[in-house]
Amino acid sequence: MANKRPTGKRIDEPTGTETVGHEWDGIEELDTPMPRWWLWTFYLTIVFAIFYVIAFPAWPMVDKATEGVLGWSSRGQLAKEISAADLARQGVRDRLARIPIERLPEDSALMAQAVAGGNAAFKVNCVQCHGSGAAGSQNLGYPNLNDDDWLWGGDLRAIEYTLTHGIRQAGHDETRMSIMPAFEGMLEPAQVEAVVSHVLSLSGKAEGSALGAQTFADNCAVCHGARGEGSREFGAPSLNDAIWLRGSTREDIRRQVLNPRLGMMPKWEGRLDPVTIKMLAAYVHSLGGGEDFVEVAADPAVEVDEQP
Amino acid sequence: MNSPDGPAGKNDRDTDVAVEDGVARTNRPVSSAVADPGAATHRHEPHEPERAHLPEKLYEKRQAVHNKRIDGPFRRFKWAMMIVTLAIYYVTPWIRWDRGPYAPDQAVLVDLANRRFYMFGIEIWPHEFYFVAGLLIMAGIGLFLVTSAVGRAWCGYACPQTVWTDLFQHVDRFVDGDRNARMRLDAAPWTWGKVLRRAFKWTIYAVIGFATGGAWILYFADAPTLFRDFFAGDAAPVAYITVAVLTLTTVVLGGFMREQVCIYMCPWPRIQSAMLDEKSLIVTYKDWRGEPRGSVKKARKHPGEFGDCIDCNLCVAVCPTGIDIREGPQIGCITCALCIDACDRVMAEVGRPRGLIDYATLEDCEREARGETPRSPWRTLLRPRTIAYSLIWGSIGLALLFALGVRSHTGLTVSPDRNPPFMLMSDGSIRNSFTLKLRNMESRPRDMAIALEGLPGGVMWSDTIGRDDAAPAQVMTVPADQTRTMRAYVMAPAGTGERDFAFRITSQDEQRETDSVETRFSAPEAGQPRDSQ
Ligand code: SF4
Ligand code: SF4
Repeated sequence: MANKRPTGKRIDEPTGTETVGHEWDGIEELDTPMPRWWLWTFYLTIVFAIFYVIAFPAWPMVDKATEGVLGWSSRGQLAKEISAADLARQGVRDRLARIPIERLPEDSALMAQAVAGGNAAFKVNCVQCHGSGAAGSQNLGYPNLNDDDWLWGGDLRAIEYTLTHGIRQAGHDETRMSIMPAFEGMLEPAQVEAVVSHVLSLSGKAEGSALGAQTFADNCAVCHGARGEGSREFGAPSLNDAIWLRGSTREDIRRQVLNPRLGMMPKWEGRLDPVTIKMLAAYVHSLGGGEDFVEVAADPAVEVDEQP
Repeated sequence: MNSPDGPAGKNDRDTDVAVEDGVARTNRPVSSAVADPGAATHRHEPHEPERAHLPEKLYEKRQAVHNKRIDGPFRRFKWAMMIVTLAIYYVTPWIRWDRGPYAPDQAVLVDLANRRFYMFGIEIWPHEFYFVAGLLIMAGIGLFLVTSAVGRAWCGYACPQTVWTDLFQHVDRFVDGDRNARMRLDAAPWTWGKVLRRAFKWTIYAVIGFATGGAWILYFADAPTLFRDFFAGDAAPVAYITVAVLTLTTVVLGGFMREQVCIYMCPWPRIQSAMLDEKSLIVTYKDWRGEPRGSVKKARKHPGEFGDCIDCNLCVAVCPTGIDIREGPQIGCITCALCIDACDRVMAEVGRPRGLIDYATLEDCEREARGETPRSPWRTLLRPRTIAYSLIWGSIGLALLFALGVRSHTGLTVSPDRNPPFMLMSDGSIRNSFTLKLRNMESRPRDMAIALEGLPGGVMWSDTIGRDDAAPAQVMTVPADQTRTMRAYVMAPAGTGERDFAFRITSQDEQRETDSVETRFSAPEAGQPRDSQ
């Protein structure tokens, strides 16, 4: 058998295959053709690529890519998925919209769904101030939502109200509004020191004095209560428990008496839909400090009002 | 004739062989052979030169194996194994097992959706997957044991690939006739008759494939319901996809690829060569007795010059993987012993002792070749290696049984919430929250008591038990066969410091199974103002 072809390439005897014509240290490479399936796969990828470029957004132009004849886009896809997910949730949302919030705990499955939805909404809207664990921040005066101390009430309806109308929202009639006057200049320094001591004495942390008690009764008891128990009507914190919104040292309390810092919370009405607010309320209520709803005065008119 | 280049020459030659001699070889062309042991044998060429062993092309086209029908004890054993294994496969999902109202009544069920595995009286949960792992290890060691004792017998009789290939070979035989008819038909041009025949045969393949895939999905859902839903078109898409894929793979692997799977795809032949030793029973051709080969006629003409093998090639013709066992132990041999059946027949016919091809150990072969009497093949079953494997196998089995016997049907997992780690309440007490998972592995709802241990003054409540009912212990109902997740609030009096404590769960029934989990109660550090967090 001839060892060389006119091309000068050698034929490898045992296999009968042409070599590629090079030699490296006596090692030659056979010019074995590609397996046919491999070639076909390769051709198919080319066909696929052409189809893809025509059908889908692919080719970068000056300001955006070609649109593709199928009109598909990842944004459109996302919008479709979101609306599908919304549609899937619609049933739960409808039921949530119909149920008065204080009746929510009776439907434990719906409550669980509300808590889950509220958790998600909380992570988006509330963690910036209250923290991802809802523990708030004492330095910045964001209340801890896990405990059992509530400025404005901790039942589902009160929480929903706070969420809806916010706190200290200027120009909003229904907002929660508490005002602590600045006593700087209104009280004598000695009175200030005495009232700080008195506040600390309410939770047994210092000795009180007659001056302190008198100053407190004259200036503070109207909102904070005679024993410093606070008032939810005015959003006045209780001063006789273990929880301090803005710190419990003399320094903290003095600063708060002289020149109080006042908290603020956006009203979510108009920004979040009522169902989301309801879910948020359920979530906050579920954090561990939620209070049971107590019907204060059974006003039949109100109740009828609330029926769906 | 034996031109190394040009496929045409080769194909011609193969066709010659197929038509004239009725025998074709898979791996290497054989120049002469007959299928009928009674017929005269003849050889065209004595021996091909060494070069002929080199491959003519780098990739060789698969040559169909048309194995001949044979009867004999091993074939009958293979039949029995085929019936038994197929019966197990098809019948198992239909067996019912009463587990009470809260659990499925299918004896063997892989409930992926609920992550349960039911096997008769045993129910395996995801955290008990070590049982399945243990069974798989036992299967592996069992395979080692079988291999070291009797070679690749698993492959020969019980391997699904073998069983289904065997089935498909019977279909071939049923539709196209036995070996010679099939080879003639293969070589024949495509006529309408052949097309119809092929269509008929492939339809049977597809039906077998469908039955295979169809039975598979029955292991994953209630069989009667799924069966009905499947044909009503109501089953889950994944069921149809699974059946389609398994139908296709069964037909491709069992109907068309067959021995190629055993030789090229399966890793076991590679492993088995490491498992076998000179004491393992394997199918061997006793060359000292058979060689040199010669036909009955030749042997009669030149007495004393030829061995017992009459070169009838029947052993090759019956081999489902198309190999020639006379070339020695090889990777393609699945130890099915059909060649033993074949050769024993031939030996009986020509009046020579049986066992020219036989189950034997290499050691015994050497003894026999030296003229000593071979020892009983049963001896090979009892030797250190097989005993060691049996011991390992048995002890894993016993360990699993033991674990099964003592396992608790009650379980508890505790994960403390770390954000925030603790909570100061208005009366100064400290609250922690935990996520508890209460497991009830019995098929009835059970009450479980959860108690705090090592937390003086501690009380707990949950997302379903109100704070008003806070107590050091609570009773919860856990639904049948489920894990109940609950958020537990644990509150300790003011001044409680960081400390370890435990949740203990106790089933409120006669078993009083219990489980306890140590965890930590977080609290403000000592010296830190109580209110700062
Ligand atoms: S080994 Fe037995 S079956 Fe095989 S060719 Fe020889 S005589 Fe025939
Ligand atoms: S050589 Fe014999 S034992 Fe091995 S696969 Fe073929 S027929 Fe079966």
